[in-house]
Amino acid sequence: MPPKKRSIAEEELQRIIELCRSIEERGLNPFLVDVDELVTILREYFPDLDKPEELCLDAEALNSIASVIRLQGEWVRRRSSSLYRDPFLIEEKIRSLSRERLAEVFLKVWRPIIEFEQITIPSLRQALKYWGTLPPLDERWLRGGLFIREPGTTTEEDLIKQRILAEKAFSEELNSLWVELKRRTRGGKIRYWDFIGAETYQETIRRAYLTSFLLTYGYATLEVNPLEGEMTIRPLDEPTPVGEREQAISMPIPITPEEWMRWLREREA
Amino acid sequence: MVKGARSLRRKAYYTIKMKQASHLLFYRRHKIPGVKGWELRRALGSDYPKVISLLDDYLEKLDLKVKVISEEGVPEGEMPPERRDRDRFYRTLRGGLTPKEAKLLGWRIDDLAALAVAVSYIISKGGKAPRKEVEELLRVKIPGWKVDVNLDRFIRYGYIGEDENAQLYIDWRTRAEVDQKELIDLLLGAETEPMKPPPER
Repeated sequence: MPPKKRSIAEEELQRIIELCRSIEERGLNPFLVDVDELVTILREYFPDLDKPEELCLDAEALNSIASVIRLQGEWVRRRSSSLYRDPFLIEEKIRSLSRERLAEVFLKVWRPIIEFEQITIPSLRQALKYWGTLPPLDERWLRGGLFIREPGTTTEEDLIKQRILAEKAFSEELNSLWVELKRRTRGGKIRYWDFIGAETYQETIRRAYLTSFLLTYGYATLEVNPLEGEMTIRPLDEPTPVGEREQAISMPIPITPEEWMRWLREREA
Repeated sequence: MVKGARSLRRKAYYTIKMKQASHLLFYRRHKIPGVKGWELRRALGSDYPKVISLLDDYLEKLDLKVKVISEEGVPEGEMPPERRDRDRFYRTLRGGLTPKEAKLLGWRIDDLAALAVAVSYIISKGGKAPRKEVEELLRVKIPGWKVDVNLDRFIRYGYIGEDENAQLYIDWRTRAEVDQKELIDLLLGAETEPMKPPPER
């Protein structure tokens, strides 16, 4: 398709999406939209669309038209129901009536729910019985395994074992992961899951967490193939802030136990 | 003689069941008042619709009633009893309130008018209306600072709900307490008061 026609097609599709969205968001009469005309426009441009983003735009426009058709159905159903009255008439009436008259009308149709929120003698009795059998707080704490310990000393190794201190500083960990990424890709790229995947789920999560920082700080880039949904990582020779390369986008990547198990099975196959 | 004894036993049985039903319906057990049909079935047995109907007859003398609200929006009375397990049962007033009584319940006339406006406007728009439009309509007769306070209060009480797109919709309490069709009919039929001449200086 010539570039000029391509840009017209994109503009038309965008216009259709905006039009349908405004009808939905502003609650306008959905029959203001000529659905046949919009479908004709889509049909006219569809054979010339070949880029994935153009096809996505076309699908979005079609989805918006479907939403308008759904609204048209609802609109007809509402108009045919016994509850339907012209909103304009009601609004006029609301504006013309005094507050007192409005309240009077409302009181004629208002049947408030009746409910009690007070304590009863049986529940009070039950509560007292519970209080009588409840041991004092210091006894309960002792029973729960809490005991007083004198202050003491501990070593750095113990704190690392208890995961209170990290073994390596965060920046050191990032650096070693970056070196590993460069080593494993050798100037090329690697599948995201092949890089973060590890023998245990816990370690996989840790690597995914660190990798997200590699990407955010500009040590590497994430490439996504929209058709196959495959993600690859490519290391950069020098850390480059994201803004200097291209537009940054956030991308949530679920690391679920099921995904990890699937990766393990694929690797072993 | 035997027939009489059986009848007495049945009467005693239903009296006990009515008391149980009354306790269930009067006291709030969940975040939202009322009891679900399946809860009544569990507590009262499979003939709970009959117990509720007897209780409703008894409450009529006290100007109270048991109101059933269908989750699927089926009007009261049209839902077959065997499909009532998912419905919610409330106890409401049978007749209306006078303005003086409403005031005793803690509702000022301004607040009631604002509730009437918000609810009827949302109904007229098919059950959903932008909060901004409702606010603008309320501001015609209520001071601006009070509009927000009122709308938030109605949302908190469950008369109206608000979604993430700032659209207001009719919520559970309006469905339980307000006859929406009658409200619109009365509103359209209400006579507008003649404009008063400005006071003489």
